[in-house]
Amino acid sequence: MLETVFFNLFAGLSILSAMGVVLARNTMHSVMFLIFCFFNAAGLFFLLDAEFIGIIMILIYVGAVMVLFTFVVMMLEIHTARLREGFLQYLPMGGLIAIVLMIEFIGAATSGVFSSGDMATAEHLPQSVNNTVEIGQILYTQYLLGFEIAAIILLVALIGAIVLTLRTRKDAKYQKISAQVNVRKEDRMRKVRM
Amino acid sequence: MNWDMAAQAGIWALEILAIAVPVALSVAYITYFERRVIGWVQVRKGCNRVGWAGLLQPLADGLKLVLKETIIPTTSNKYLFIAAPIISLMPALVAFAVVPFGETTLFGLWDVMHSMSMSNLNVGLLYIMAISSLSIYGVLMAGWASNSKYPFMGAMRATCQMISYEISMGFGLVTVMMLAGSLNLTDIVQAQAGGLLHWYMIPLFPMLIVYFISGCAETARTPFDLVETEELVSGYYTEYSGMWFATFSLAEYAAMILISLMTSILFLGGWYAPIPALDFIPGTVWLLGKTAFLIFVFIWFRATFPRYRYDQMMRLGWKVFLPWTLAWIAVVGIFIYTPGLDSIINFWMPWR
Repeated sequence: MLETVFFNLFAGLSILSAMGVVLARNTMHSVMFLIFCFFNAAGLFFLLDAEFIGIIMILIYVGAVMVLFTFVVMMLEIHTARLREGFLQYLPMGGLIAIVLMIEFIGAATSGVFSSGDMATAEHLPQSVNNTVEIGQILYTQYLLGFEIAAIILLVALIGAIVLTLRTRKDAKYQKISAQVNVRKEDRMRKVRM
Repeated sequence: MNWDMAAQAGIWALEILAIAVPVALSVAYITYFERRVIGWVQVRKGCNRVGWAGLLQPLADGLKLVLKETIIPTTSNKYLFIAAPIISLMPALVAFAVVPFGETTLFGLWDVMHSMSMSNLNVGLLYIMAISSLSIYGVLMAGWASNSKYPFMGAMRATCQMISYEISMGFGLVTVMMLAGSLNLTDIVQAQAGGLLHWYMIPLFPMLIVYFISGCAETARTPFDLVETEELVSGYYTEYSGMWFATFSLAEYAAMILISLMTSILFLGGWYAPIPALDFIPGTVWLLGKTAFLIFVFIWFRATFPRYRYDQMMRLGWKVFLPWTLAWIAVVGIFIYTPGLDSIINFWMPWR
């Protein structure tokens, strides 16, 4: 009973905050709504006994991805008049995407997969089942190849990003801390007999 | 709603109070302790006027802050300006929910030892990492909502700093997970049972240093306080006053307590005594004693080190700590899986 209450709470709040993301005039408010939405999604994972995924959701999406979003959004123009300038220009493409998404959502909602209530509140696992251990065991055995491919792709992207932004400036002076620390008295001082 | 649920809710409320109230009180007295210790280091008195030896000074400070007017700048974003201190205080307090303060049988009432934490979460370590990564938002919001240039720059610096050091902090904790074989904080402490040599500070000494110094950077304490330096007036909370200002420092000190608690739990054997003969002293006393010592080290740092420059701080995080942690993960991994070497590391992995 309590679980259904919590499910409705998290689900309702995540829908409301997702609407807030789209409807808020201020981009910073949108970002805050999106963070709140992620929290509620994490709450839904908790209700499904998937505490590992719930926590990772907060750690990665809220703790890392959204921080970078916020960082960029902080620099944006917040005057609404200027934001509306390209409104008509982007309307056809945006409208098309919205219609396609709408059809997909209606199709998914009416397919019957989500109509039974027990999807939302699944059977509970016993306390002894450790989420992290289970995920680790299946990830490093059955899905090892996929996992490693994903890891390599991420690594390549990481190195690519570093290579793209790395530029050494010849004219800039850099501090060599190890050289500074290793300086001895003899290197700098000279005893002069007068 | 039946009586069981009501009783459970009452117990939860009591547990929350039993953690939040001591945290708030100890924050007040850590400020006093800090001023006295820095005074002692710098060969002066520190605050010693209000009450006996200045012991009422934190209360006087608190009263002053409450009575001050809270000024909200007209050009600021009102909602976020007011929300920011709360957003920064919330993660600092919520993280305490999984911290185990010891083990107890409640004076023999229970047959088995229970962990003294509000929630003995299976993914406790990840929870702490996730929640402490949220403290950035308070800083970011405060800097942005103030709509003023110095807070904004302070917030930018704070964000860069926190993101950078979170990575080495997280990787440092991976080695702890590898040795303990669990993300549950109680399990991690129990894996360190049996005296000083079993503590993770022995095999993971570089990680202890990385974790503690990264914690220092996360909470923006001196050597890493360029978030709130004089050149930025006082960084992201320049525009704040009165109680909202105090909320930020409450969050900062609560985060400092949390980092000290976590360091003692993860590396310094939690509630276990250094030699088993001293186990007659309650575990909670040991844990809090270790925490108090680490808080002293925080203050000691503040009194000792000059501030890092921005590029030096970035270098330390990315070029020193990150390679250290990655290398130590490899070292621990090699020790665990190489025949012959695993007998050495098994000393710290009793569950294996």
